[in-house]
Amino acid sequence: MVAADTTNRSQSAANDDISQDERLELWRLQVEIRHCEQRAYDLFLQNLVKGTSHLSLGQEGIAAGFAAAMQPDDKSFCTYRGHAHTLARGAPMDAVLGELMQRDCGLMRGKGGSMHLTSAEHGVMGSYAIIGAHLPMAVGSAWRAQYMGHDDVSVVFFGDGTTNIGAFHEALNYAAVFKLPVLFVCENNLYMEYTPIGQITAVENPAADRASAYGLDSILIDGNDADAVFRTARECIAKARAGDGPSLIECKTYRHSGHSRADPGKYRPPGELERWKENDPIKVYRARLAEFGIGEDVVQRIDDEALRKVDEATETAKASPLPPEEILTTDVYANGGWAWRN
Amino acid sequence: MAELTMVEALNLALARAMADDETVLVLGEDIGRDGGVFRVTDGLIDRFGPERVRDTPLAEAMIAGVSVGLAAQHMRPVAEIQFMGFLYPAIDQLVNHASRLRTRTRGRLTCPMVLRAPFGGGIHAPEHHSESMEAMLAHIPGLRLVIPSSPARAYGLLLAAIRDSDPVVFLEPKRLYRAPREEVFDSGEALPLDQPFVLREGDNVTLVTWGAMLKETLEAAERLAAAGAECTVIDVATLKPLEMAPILESVGRTGRCVIIHEAPLTGGFGGEIAARLADQGLLGLLAPVTRVAGYDAVMPLPRLEEHYMPSVDRIVTAVERVMSFG
Ligand SMILES: Cc1ncc(C[n+]2csc(CCOP(=O)(O)OP(=O)(O)O)c2C)c(N)n1
Ligand SMILES: [Mg+2]
Repeated sequence: MVAADTTNRSQSAANDDISQDERLELWRLQVEIRHCEQRAYDLFLQNLVKGTSHLSLGQEGIAAGFAAAMQPDDKSFCTYRGHAHTLARGAPMDAVLGELMQRDCGLMRGKGGSMHLTSAEHGVMGSYAIIGAHLPMAVGSAWRAQYMGHDDVSVVFFGDGTTNIGAFHEALNYAAVFKLPVLFVCENNLYMEYTPIGQITAVENPAADRASAYGLDSILIDGNDADAVFRTARECIAKARAGDGPSLIECKTYRHSGHSRADPGKYRPPGELERWKENDPIKVYRARLAEFGIGEDVVQRIDDEALRKVDEATETAKASPLPPEEILTTDVYANGGWAWRN
Repeated sequence: MAELTMVEALNLALARAMADDETVLVLGEDIGRDGGVFRVTDGLIDRFGPERVRDTPLAEAMIAGVSVGLAAQHMRPVAEIQFMGFLYPAIDQLVNHASRLRTRTRGRLTCPMVLRAPFGGGIHAPEHHSESMEAMLAHIPGLRLVIPSSPARAYGLLLAAIRDSDPVVFLEPKRLYRAPREEVFDSGEALPLDQPFVLREGDNVTLVTWGAMLKETLEAAERLAAAGAECTVIDVATLKPLEMAPILESVGRTGRCVIIHEAPLTGGFGGEIAARLADQGLLGLLAPVTRVAGYDAVMPLPRLEEHYMPSVDRIVTAVERVMSFG
């Protein structure tokens, strides 16, 4: 069992097992996601993103830590809160923002939207807006790998609220029985939409405390420390790839924004957000890089570069046309759309 | 060429599909060692091994979800749900995911899965084991809904369903599982999907049905022919997406149509066919389009089953009524 310990994050270079390049990559991923999510929020306010959207501000450490540990062939399954994971796997940012804006340059050319980001060529096998539904899908993906003799690992991300739906338990049991190469990653941000998870869950740690029911190790880590996430991801992925079965990993974290665009987050007790902002993954990691003697100029350059990338992607997406209205009725079946046979 | 039951024909199609294509996997409750509740998967595990013929935990949402996950990565899972009444936990996967992957991603992900379930009454199994809720499934855009009505069509349509690149729910009329038998040639040839089958030609009335009701419908047509009324009998076979052309063509000729289904009347799929006839074929009609259906009631215990299911008598009466116009 790995305990979530946020009090003593200090590491010594002596026992360090993460290279400088890996750290800079973890930093790049986190700042790119941070800037891109902030941009997504701004674009809502400008009414350029319509509908709803769920941001990962404050949860970047998890997306970065896992993506950095994954190989190009590995598969990600995300929830509606999936921008971060999709970007982290290398999906082009203009196509992500374009999809949010329903543009033709979007990942799915404007038909899937914020909640369904998919980029199979980057291993992102979809984002799913129905709680729990993608866990069995990830299990199917892992069965495919096991049966076909492929050595990719499937990683499925979901929230704390998801641990109370049947599909979570059904998927874990199946994966454990057949020792499938799949990682179940719970991003415990302490709330489902508005209800604190502790109020409606029988155990304290909604994922970790259930692991033993499926014969799995209880793994609880600090999701706001990208190094901790990366280490755990690396270890569990290696285990899955070696044929030693699934893992269930609970990452403690906190979302800085509301649940979705419309949510001001008023249900949070005063001071809670401020406390967690002290524990912001970006802040934590900036300090980590300094601790390891990486120059502030290098760190800042990556940050600036990330913002520039977001600016460029925004312009590309804005310039992209809207897809034609007939996409409404196309691609319903392999041989046609709605108009077919109606 | 052998005379097979529908169960044997389905088994033959599964074995053929698995032999032809290593991406075809079969999964479900008790389907491996025990060959499934109705023995449709009998012997497959011995031939293809437990990696491809998998006894799953009792968890329908998971069975469907795992199938979606497999299918989205170019596998061709064929999942069995023991009875249609146990399909409901899997509905989320069908409605929200399987049927939408293609359209939502504009073809970047597809879902070539088959979900098989026995359905319908007539074998003296209570309630959840006997219902016909096909109209619910026909309401889902992006899903194909296929119902065979004979061993040979079961063989050809199941092969077609497995090879098709969209998700297919394949409902098997269990009343026809063990009888009648029919010659089935293991040709490996699929029948066309989205294509109703005209099983009998006649100029007076068009009878439209699917699944086990073909039995009563063909009997009624026989009896009516003896009395001088010639019926065309159409097996819809693929309810979704619905190909209306042969139905419109026939009703254009006969001017009369009776739709027969075992499912409850209200919201039943017969209503869709009637509405399309009103929309596209009204001026050719000589009589009201009539439906013979199950009652708007829960499928009863075995004692009352016969009263619930549309009988040959009820079909004949409906035909006589439409014949009394004009
Ligand atoms: C089956 C289902 N029920 C309800 C919802 C509405 N809903 C969307 S997100 C959400 C909360 C999910 O909480 P959690 O799993 O903790 O994820 P988080 O949003 O915190 O990342 C709810 C209730 C849904 N999408 N699916
Ligand atoms: Mg949550």
